[in-house]
Amino acid sequence: MLTKTSPGTFVAQAIPQAPRLDLVVVANMVEPGSRVLDVGCGDGQLLQLLTETRNADGRGIEISRDGVNECVAKGLAVIQGDADTDLADYPDSTFDYVILSQTLQATRRPRWVLEQMLRIGKRVIVSFPNFGHWRIRGQLLWYGRMPITQNLPVSWYDTPNIHFCTIRDFVDLARELDVKIERAVAFGPSGGRVRFDAPWWFWNLFGEQAVFLLSRKN
Amino acid sequence: MTIIRIEREKNSPADIIRREADEPHSKVVRFGNDKPLKLDAGVELSSYQVAYQTYGELNAERSNAILICHALTGDQHVHNVHPVTGKEGWWDSIVGPGLPIDTDRFFVICSNVLGGCLGTTGPASRNEATDEPYGLSFPVVTIRDMVRAQAALLDHLGIDQLLCVAGGSMGGMQVLQWAVTYPERIFSALPIASAARHSAQNIAFHEVGRQAVMADPDWRNGKYLSEGTSPRRGLAVARMAAHITYLSDAALHRKFGRRLQDRELPTFGFDADFQVENYLRYQGSSFVERFDANSYLYITRAMDYFDLAGEHGDVLANAFRNLKARVCMVSFTSDWLFPTEEARDVVHALNAAGAPVSFAEIETDKGHDAFLLDEPELFAIVRGFLDSAAKKRGVKAPK
Repeated sequence: MLTKTSPGTFVAQAIPQAPRLDLVVVANMVEPGSRVLDVGCGDGQLLQLLTETRNADGRGIEISRDGVNECVAKGLAVIQGDADTDLADYPDSTFDYVILSQTLQATRRPRWVLEQMLRIGKRVIVSFPNFGHWRIRGQLLWYGRMPITQNLPVSWYDTPNIHFCTIRDFVDLARELDVKIERAVAFGPSGGRVRFDAPWWFWNLFGEQAVFLLSRKN
Repeated sequence: MTIIRIEREKNSPADIIRREADEPHSKVVRFGNDKPLKLDAGVELSSYQVAYQTYGELNAERSNAILICHALTGDQHVHNVHPVTGKEGWWDSIVGPGLPIDTDRFFVICSNVLGGCLGTTGPASRNEATDEPYGLSFPVVTIRDMVRAQAALLDHLGIDQLLCVAGGSMGGMQVLQWAVTYPERIFSALPIASAARHSAQNIAFHEVGRQAVMADPDWRNGKYLSEGTSPRRGLAVARMAAHITYLSDAALHRKFGRRLQDRELPTFGFDADFQVENYLRYQGSSFVERFDANSYLYITRAMDYFDLAGEHGDVLANAFRNLKARVCMVSFTSDWLFPTEEARDVVHALNAAGAPVSFAEIETDKGHDAFLLDEPELFAIVRGFLDSAAKKRGVKAPK
């Protein structure tokens, strides 16, 4: 639902949701019983979902103290740390999956983080908001302002998101890193999935969020 | 602040210490020649005793036991009135019915450490060979020796695997030592405000304390118990210096500032003009009533020698190689004795070893002592961690 607040700015009203759709999509990509590291696990929603529905052995890293303490109080194995530096401490292939859920755009070194994830995990799952979505393009094109949407509700000067990318940008990076895209899902605001057989440019225009399952080629 | 001293016993502190060292107000298990304790110093304690307290009931499966390890000047009286000071248990805030370490659900054990002075064998205990207190003839013990004595106690109690081993400061060192020496005997571990080794700064502080004790003429080369004296002034100074390290600049400022003690103007003398001085003097003088000076030397030494990585080629991760237990490490932002960076080193090593580890840093200005105080965030973390460990292990409540 969109509400007009000031000329040219539309802010989506928060709609209470039980397990967020992107988390469900991510969880469904994980084989039951896997060892999983959730990088930037926030308050532990995804880790809980993975533990409960996929019987996963889940670990998390979270930068915010409040998030970590909330997770630990929930009984989740989460440590306080910074994805931009601390991933280097993990040995190779420690996890079946390393997940970066809605965090890629907030890292200082997205490429380095992805490389580290691919080293630590046999598979990598990344979900991120697609900056190529038509609504975002429209806000830039028509109003000439940094977009504010339901998924990206914070003004440019307050946002922790410093490295936005589009679905096509991400596919380019995956090719540059020479990794295999095993699966990709894009979906719109209502949760409707973008047709699987559509070309990337179509996904890039109509997918508000994207989830990629990657693996090393060798 | 006024000083209230409770006159509980007519006996001198030396009498009380000698009594508690040999015949404590606690449960005691005595080990004889058949089960000597091999010490890191290369000698054996052929007979020794461990004093301990328990709270709650052990369940039929013997799966709900939690061992609490106490800190340098702590003891086994976690959750009962202290037999010497008459004060409440030192972790009454977190251990008890319905509290995070819930005595309705868990069987909680705490034993006095080896080298201590409240009933577990230490320098104040009577040496059977001489019928005198050991004094300095007691062998130097390590954190690992303390943990070995705790393991002997668990054998005696018939507990193969603890649901959790928990403790703060030196208690946290013992927790980490458990994870290294007896990884298969713990289901989870909760080290708080601790580190995998004692830093140079901390060794330095301990050395100041020890020198203060040994500089007191009443110390008598460690033979004060036999000679009927007590190095009260030296031990009090040691405690005063150490106590500063347990707090923080902000906490001292908040509690005392530059306020004067019961006076309007400074006296231009060396009386305790400032409230903070009065507080430290009280801390020092009350400590000597309940603690043995030689125990203080031995236990601080044990902490100084603690270096888990050193036992494993300086690679801390190797120390945790066989650990399956879940670990939750907690640190406090204003703790400068065991700062967060040192906790983080332990967490990195546990991660590298593949152990399931959680780590939380709690924001507080209360310094190192925060683990003993009312910290709601710590309580929530301890409760959540123990709940999930109990659930994972399928712990049933005792009947």
